[in-house]
Amino acid sequence: MPILRRLAERNRKPIQFTLDGRSCAALEGDTVLTAMLTQADRLRASEFSGAPRAGFCLMGACQDCWITTESGERLRACSTFIAEGMRLVTSQEKAA
Amino acid sequence: MNPALRPVIVGAGPAGIRAAETLVAHGLRPVVIDEGNQVGGQIYRQQPASFGRAKADLYGFETDRAIAVHGAMENVLGDVDYRPRTLVWNAEGGSLDLLQDGKASTLAYSHLIIATGATDRVLPFPGWTLPGVYTLGGAQVALKFQGCAIGSRVVFVGTGPLLYLVAYQYAKSGAEVAAVLDTARLSGKIRAAPGMLRQPALLAKGLYYLGRLRAHGVTVRSGVLPVRALGDGRVSGFVWREGARECAASCDAIGFGYALRSETQLADLLGCRFAFDSLNRAFLPEKDPAGRSSVAGIYLAGDGAGIMGADAAELAGMRAAMALLQDVGVATDAARAADIERKLMKIAGFRRALEGAFPFPDDWAANAQDDLIICRCEEIRVGALREAARTLGAVEMNRLKALTRIGMGRCQGRICGPAAAEILAQARSVDVAAVGRLRSQPPVKPIPFGVAEAAREAAE
Repeated sequence: MPILRRLAERNRKPIQFTLDGRSCAALEGDTVLTAMLTQADRLRASEFSGAPRAGFCLMGACQDCWITTESGERLRACSTFIAEGMRLVTSQEKAA
Repeated sequence: MNPALRPVIVGAGPAGIRAAETLVAHGLRPVVIDEGNQVGGQIYRQQPASFGRAKADLYGFETDRAIAVHGAMENVLGDVDYRPRTLVWNAEGGSLDLLQDGKASTLAYSHLIIATGATDRVLPFPGWTLPGVYTLGGAQVALKFQGCAIGSRVVFVGTGPLLYLVAYQYAKSGAEVAAVLDTARLSGKIRAAPGMLRQPALLAKGLYYLGRLRAHGVTVRSGVLPVRALGDGRVSGFVWREGARECAASCDAIGFGYALRSETQLADLLGCRFAFDSLNRAFLPEKDPAGRSSVAGIYLAGDGAGIMGADAAELAGMRAAMALLQDVGVATDAARAADIERKLMKIAGFRRALEGAFPFPDDWAANAQDDLIICRCEEIRVGALREAARTLGAVEMNRLKALTRIGMGRCQGRICGPAAAEILAQARSVDVAAVGRLRSQPPVKPIPFGVAEAAREAAE
């Protein structure tokens, strides 16, 4: 079950990306955080406890939403827009 | 214009925009650094270009203000060097280290206006790191900036004007609001009402939000004690106490916060003098009524130097810019400057009344259990802080940081700082002013590996 629920602005251009290898569609203007959390229930796992995390402040202060791409690039999900063909993962094990 | 004059404004919310407008009106061409993608800051944050909602849908009662602030910046864009998506990650006398779209650079300034705004003040409860728990500001960004709710059934908890505003915006947008839980007591609000009449429009808005929430059938409670979020892997409910009675609501999301805290790192890195401010319950950079800091050429405006709200931020931005102009010998309207200062004083009076209506929950630290996670970056628990205070002699915040790593994680103390100070003060049985403040360290936000090293080499 996804975390975020769309309430408005559903008529934007679809953007294709992959999440943990699965093909997904977001909408133009979605942040990476929105794109992921309208599909999934987490962005990443805590590197300390392994517990799931899904961001917190959504305005670039808390740094809770840094995620990785399949190639290992790090993105702050709340302040990066989704782009066509992004290959995102919720954990490094899923990068393979 | 004197070519040596190179004013820089950090922040493009209401304070930064009005500062830029004022400088441009007097013939200066400032650089405006914005970490955001578009001007407006957090309160007047704009939706991405691909969105189509009307501004009235985004800003409600503040629509005219939002339009005016955005318009003020649009009018001067040709005369400012506007740099969106740009982080100031370090500041030293006369120079800022920037990162824009992955590219590092340095920027020299002759005068600096710091208008860095604020974020939610966070006091954790058990379960606050679960997916589905967000700050009140975060819940608002999801809706305003992305058209999304943080869940299908949301509990809002904490205190401050934002609690009711965000809950109202969610209910109005069609989200189900399970409960609005205010830690402040109703009696405080009644006592504060005469003081809040200094700004009757703001009081009326607050009462309107509350009325609309009740009309939507939303449970609204005062004087609650947050107990815990329920859930395994994500939020499934929230438990709180009302007096001796324990209450619970099922929900899949929680928005919480306890008013706001100022973003003061740049002023700190630049050596501005700080003092404890009891109203904000925080150490803040000192400023004169015009916004001059203790360091010549550095000015402070807006919520980044004490929480006063968006209307005050606009005024403070104008006034700080006028101070800068006065200091470089450009004539400004003295009567106007005095008028702005009078208006700011009036808002400060209202701000004090607001603190009476939404007081800081000063029993928070005493109620925090040892196993409560206080640092979400590195999952440091309250007990570790108390242990360091008790047995390792941590008497102030920087010693506590060295011993426990609190404030050393990715957020650099933005989220855990206020709560950690409360825990240390409680452990030592002293006032929170007596435990000091975390010193800011560059980079103030994470930067890619190698950027700091490259900047240092370039400087040598």
